[in-house]
Amino acid sequence: MKKYYNLRLFGDRISFLVNRKALITFLLLAAAAAGVFVISTGTGEMKISPLKVVQVFFGGGSDMDRLVIQSFRLPRIIVALMVGMALAAAGGILQGIIRNPLASPDIIGITGGASAAVVAFLAFFSDKNNALTVSINWMPLAAFAGAAILAFLVYFLAYKDGVSPVRLVLIGIGLAALMKALTTLMMVFGPIYQASQANIWITGTVYGSNWDNVTILVPWTIVFLILAFVLARNVNIQELGDDIAKGVGSTVQKYRFLLLMVSTALIGGAVAFGGGIGFVGLMAPHMARRLVGSAFGALLPASALIGGILVMAADLIGRTLFSPLEIPAGVFTASIGAPYFIYLLFKTRNA
Amino acid sequence: MLLKTNSLRWAGLFAAMLLLLVLMSFSIVYGYTDTTWKMALEAFTQFDGTNEHIIIQSVRLPRALIAAAVGASLAIAGVLLQTLTKNPLAAPEIFGINAGAGFAVVITVTLFSISNLQVFTWVSFLGAAVSFIFVYIIGSIGREGLTPMKLTLAGAAMSAMFASMTQGFLVINETALEQVLFWLAGSVSGRKLDTLAAVFPYLLAGWIFSLIIAGKLNVLSMGEDVAKGLGLKTGLLKLGAGIVIVLLSGGAVAVAGPIGFLGIVIPHLTRAVVGIDHRWVIPYAGLFGGMLLLVADIASRYIIMPQEVPVGVMTAVIGTPFFVYIARRGFNQ
Repeated sequence: MKKYYNLRLFGDRISFLVNRKALITFLLLAAAAAGVFVISTGTGEMKISPLKVVQVFFGGGSDMDRLVIQSFRLPRIIVALMVGMALAAAGGILQGIIRNPLASPDIIGITGGASAAVVAFLAFFSDKNNALTVSINWMPLAAFAGAAILAFLVYFLAYKDGVSPVRLVLIGIGLAALMKALTTLMMVFGPIYQASQANIWITGTVYGSNWDNVTILVPWTIVFLILAFVLARNVNIQELGDDIAKGVGSTVQKYRFLLLMVSTALIGGAVAFGGGIGFVGLMAPHMARRLVGSAFGALLPASALIGGILVMAADLIGRTLFSPLEIPAGVFTASIGAPYFIYLLFKTRNA
Repeated sequence: MLLKTNSLRWAGLFAAMLLLLVLMSFSIVYGYTDTTWKMALEAFTQFDGTNEHIIIQSVRLPRALIAAAVGASLAIAGVLLQTLTKNPLAAPEIFGINAGAGFAVVITVTLFSISNLQVFTWVSFLGAAVSFIFVYIIGSIGREGLTPMKLTLAGAAMSAMFASMTQGFLVINETALEQVLFWLAGSVSGRKLDTLAAVFPYLLAGWIFSLIIAGKLNVLSMGEDVAKGLGLKTGLLKLGAGIVIVLLSGGAVAVAGPIGFLGIVIPHLTRAVVGIDHRWVIPYAGLFGGMLLLVADIASRYIIMPQEVPVGVMTAVIGTPFFVYIARRGFNQ
């Protein structure tokens, strides 16, 4: 039998059940994430032992260690963690509202919108010498705008007496194809140097992250993760199907819109700083479901942590395995994600 | 439907053929290099080696022929797929054949350092076939068989998978990017007549065979049970149609690279004109497909002259609104 703890706050105004098994799994995952975080921080051109890394976190360590960790590695790893958490959480939400285990940000085109926007940004704001005429710091904004515009477009084109999950996914796929065509178009016209730059971005990498990125991404992601957690029970209801959800008193369309916006905000932030890191939004929720079951309140934090671990690990492998060559993290998430995906397709054949 | 009697349909077929020829000659005459109708005629009757004549013979003519053949093949493949899967959104690219072909080409360039357009042809044929078969199998396993939703998702997901693997290879190898970027955009220009000649037998076989099975497809479209009851060997027919689809769509992507949405738009358009009888739909769809791709290709030369928009982008821009319209209309009508 599962054991639940009853948690009541503010004189019963907020209350929820905590599943003991899910809580233990969550703590174990958090420990694993912390472990990967520390190991990743210590590994690279200059190796630093985990103990020293922890010392640096608490303000100790030698000057050299502090420099390497604080100014080079930490921002990048924090961005990787946040990107992974955001993508995984958004993927979980999308799978819930579309009621299909194969839905993910990449497939319904939100990532594609961001890619098109970034390539357009690189193409339109460059002069003849391939130098950008505006600061590269605007690129995340372009990516975010692209993701948000596409999500709205998908939502409104799918709207017809409410949004049905099937229409949402079909129109998403159609628009994703259009975005891909536009991306290729701009890559063909731009100089080849730019095409390869854009290509690295589309594949997804957290290379070159700095503290400015961290100060934007961390609050953004945390706020929307909390919001997603608050809305979690609505995802549970949505998964029952429209009729039952309406029957138990949920305003299905309102929450579907709200949830879509929350996941778009998460994806937008993630692609803005990490590019189109693929398959994380697909894989992480499934792995989490294996561990904690499909009650969304437990699924969301677990899948976010798994996503964070995945992207941090992919980045770690990408920058160490072929060192000094840097391989974008997206290559590794795709190479784990693709076989996993085929397995999923096979497994969900009766869904 | 627009054409109600058979005599009208014969007349329409004849007119469509004529129009296709007219569009092909437009495609030969109009473009960045100024050429006149007289020059075009002379290039074939009394070739004198001037720049214009060379362009007409070695650039424009192959381009017109390839556009017509590729357009026809993709459209017919679309018709067969929509009938076979009972899915109004089915089209070759939904089965991931474009992404599969693209991935195969990129693998060839990065791992084997081959950048010969002829080799691309065969490799992409193979990639397209593998991807099609894979998506078809994945989409049809399970209790309910081949449902539109499962199929579309399986195809989209396979495309996403191939696309991200393609990207991964391209990131690691930048010179490859330069070589395949143009191919990946989907275009009918810059291809030699040899490229078309290499796959033409397969395309032709596909066209003829699709006409032969047209009557049987009518029976199949009444539903699996009815078709079986009427004595149709549905399994055999599906297999045959599947092979034709692989020949047509694989051949088309091998010559022109990924060109999307033609296979969705044309079948619907054709059915609006001639009804649902496959014996008419297939030839009409072929002609309409050729015409649409020719028009798209001619337009692609003028939009941002002197540069050209890859025609694959043109068809995507034309086709997406249509795709959205059908997705909104729903499956049951």
